[in-house]
Amino acid sequence: MAQAFPKKPSQPTNAAIVVYTEDTFATRSYLPAIATGLATSMQHFFENAREMIRGQRPDPITEPFAEGITTVSYPEQKRHYPERFRGVHRLTQRDDGSPRCVACLCCSTACPAQCIFIEPGEYAEGDKRRGYERFPVRFVIDELRCIFCGFCVEACPCDAIRMDTGAHAAPYDSREQFIYDKDTLLSFANRAGEQLSENPRHEPGDASHPGLSRDNVH
Amino acid sequence: MTVSQLIWAIVKIAIMVGFVFNMAAVLTWFDRRGGAAIQDRVGPNRAVFKIFGKEFRLAGMLHPAADGLKFFTKEFFMPPRADKLLFRLAPILSMVPVLALVAVIPFGDTLCTSDLWHASKGGVLGYIFPAVPRYGVCAIAHVQGSTVFPVDLLVAPLDVGVLYVFAMAGQGIVGAAIAGWASDNKFSLMGALRAASQMVSYEVAMGISLIGAMMIYGTVRLDEMVRWQGEHTWGIFAQPLAFIVFYTAATAENKRIPFDLPEAESELVSGYFTEYSGMSFGMFYFAEYMEIITVAMLTTTIFLGGYNLPFLHRDGLTIAFGDNVLLHQSMPHIWVTIFQVHAFFAKVLGLCFLHAVIRWSLPRFRYDQLMKLGWRVLLPLSLANVVVTGVVYMAIAKGGASLWNGLDVVAQSTQALVAFVLTVATLRLVVGFLRKRTHERLIVGSAGKMAAAAGGTPVTPMQA
Repeated sequence: MAQAFPKKPSQPTNAAIVVYTEDTFATRSYLPAIATGLATSMQHFFENAREMIRGQRPDPITEPFAEGITTVSYPEQKRHYPERFRGVHRLTQRDDGSPRCVACLCCSTACPAQCIFIEPGEYAEGDKRRGYERFPVRFVIDELRCIFCGFCVEACPCDAIRMDTGAHAAPYDSREQFIYDKDTLLSFANRAGEQLSENPRHEPGDASHPGLSRDNVH
Repeated sequence: MTVSQLIWAIVKIAIMVGFVFNMAAVLTWFDRRGGAAIQDRVGPNRAVFKIFGKEFRLAGMLHPAADGLKFFTKEFFMPPRADKLLFRLAPILSMVPVLALVAVIPFGDTLCTSDLWHASKGGVLGYIFPAVPRYGVCAIAHVQGSTVFPVDLLVAPLDVGVLYVFAMAGQGIVGAAIAGWASDNKFSLMGALRAASQMVSYEVAMGISLIGAMMIYGTVRLDEMVRWQGEHTWGIFAQPLAFIVFYTAATAENKRIPFDLPEAESELVSGYFTEYSGMSFGMFYFAEYMEIITVAMLTTTIFLGGYNLPFLHRDGLTIAFGDNVLLHQSMPHIWVTIFQVHAFFAKVLGLCFLHAVIRWSLPRFRYDQLMKLGWRVLLPLSLANVVVTGVVYMAIAKGGASLWNGLDVVAQSTQALVAFVLTVATLRLVVGFLRKRTHERLIVGSAGKMAAAAGGTPVTPMQA
């Protein structure tokens, strides 16, 4: 029968070996340890001071784990947002500068925060788009209510709303300034500075227009 | 007192007080900016000064000025049940003794103005700045009916010297204690109690540690202490243990990390000046940094040779070991004095730097550890130092001429050691400054890729 008491100490399989400092007079006096600590501090001080003076500080983003000061000095230096970052919305433009939006209200319907308001308008009589599309008379996004979920971009059938500006919502002084109207949204560009969209736009009357035409009614 | 003496007194006071005030402001800057460098941070750099559309940030040096402006414009708040008189008095009481303390500290050797005056009548350039003999006192000249006295480069040549220093340093307790008592705040009171007990405890060790030095120098006058160190060896070599005890106790007197229990912000908000705001807080804050400078001045004077540079004497550069004179270069008196004054202030700044590094390196003591260190370590050490110094001093005094000559060579070797260490340190600094650290590149994520494609993180000028 195995011995129950005293219990045989189990051998730790992966225990870390603790190295204790030897208890000598030098250790007790703390002076060598203090000198080591001061030397470490001074080394950091002199090397960082040299890099501050000579402008050799490591790049905070491409050399993030380098020795030295790797702080991003925010307003002067900005970390790029990831490629698929959902930033402030923009309304993409057609070639003639008008919004691609056809005021279908898909985005405002999909929006869980209900921050998009669209007032649709009909094109004038005789316009080739009349009957096929509408246009937004007002297109307002309340950036304070927006939760940046990106559902509006998903819902848009015309690639008219995008969140690829690469910019975050800017801070303002008053709430009115956070309410972006159509002209503001149209003025934004993507990171390459383009206000259009890569996707081709098929105007009514074009051969590539997938929709119905008046001459070809089913 | 003649007119020239009055002018000299004003100049000396202006030098000392100006140095203490300005360097205290610089130290507040260095404590933040240098501490940031020690901890791999950027530190304060936002204060901007604009001249003709050009921005100057001066590495954050404008922050002390901005702080001062802020202090002056902030409200002076007094707790309703605070002691009205004592509450106003306490910041003044903590600041004034520190300023009074610098009066007895010599920042240069006696300036023989009469010799300067005599020689300048010669008209030849070589005679404008003559050398003076190494030993002896300056002559008192009578020029056109007025007397030209030599100028001691210290504000008040007091015979009590070190005793005056202790009397003034002891007053620092009063300011802290009164501030805590008058604030009607328990944190303040706790801080004041701690400050009082800590400063009283460490004052004992601090005072006794200097007795050995006084025995060796044979004087309590600070200027004569410095003169002894110039002729023989620096106090740190004659009294190494006393130096350690004194420096530790002086740090504790300053209430600085690792001895900052009176204001321990993690325990007592900010200790005895919790209730102070605006410039009254600023005075406490400023007094702390002024204390650092005065303590550095005191340490320099008593242990680091004061204004002395290795081998530089009143008559010029003399490198000699025993009777062998290796080099003797006579130097003009005015230049020797200029070198020595700069050496003194450089040593003071070096000690302030050491103080800041200590502040950013060592953790705070526990209160019982603090008391144990003061009463059970430093006090016995300083007492033992007195006994050992006395015994050794008597033994040496009884020794013959050969022993004295041998000690002279040892003393001059310590000067050579100091010169060697200073040279090596300077060379090391220069070499280190020219070196360049290679930074390891590591591109992580799309942000890193975009920054790498742009050739580094772009930097735009500051907007505000």
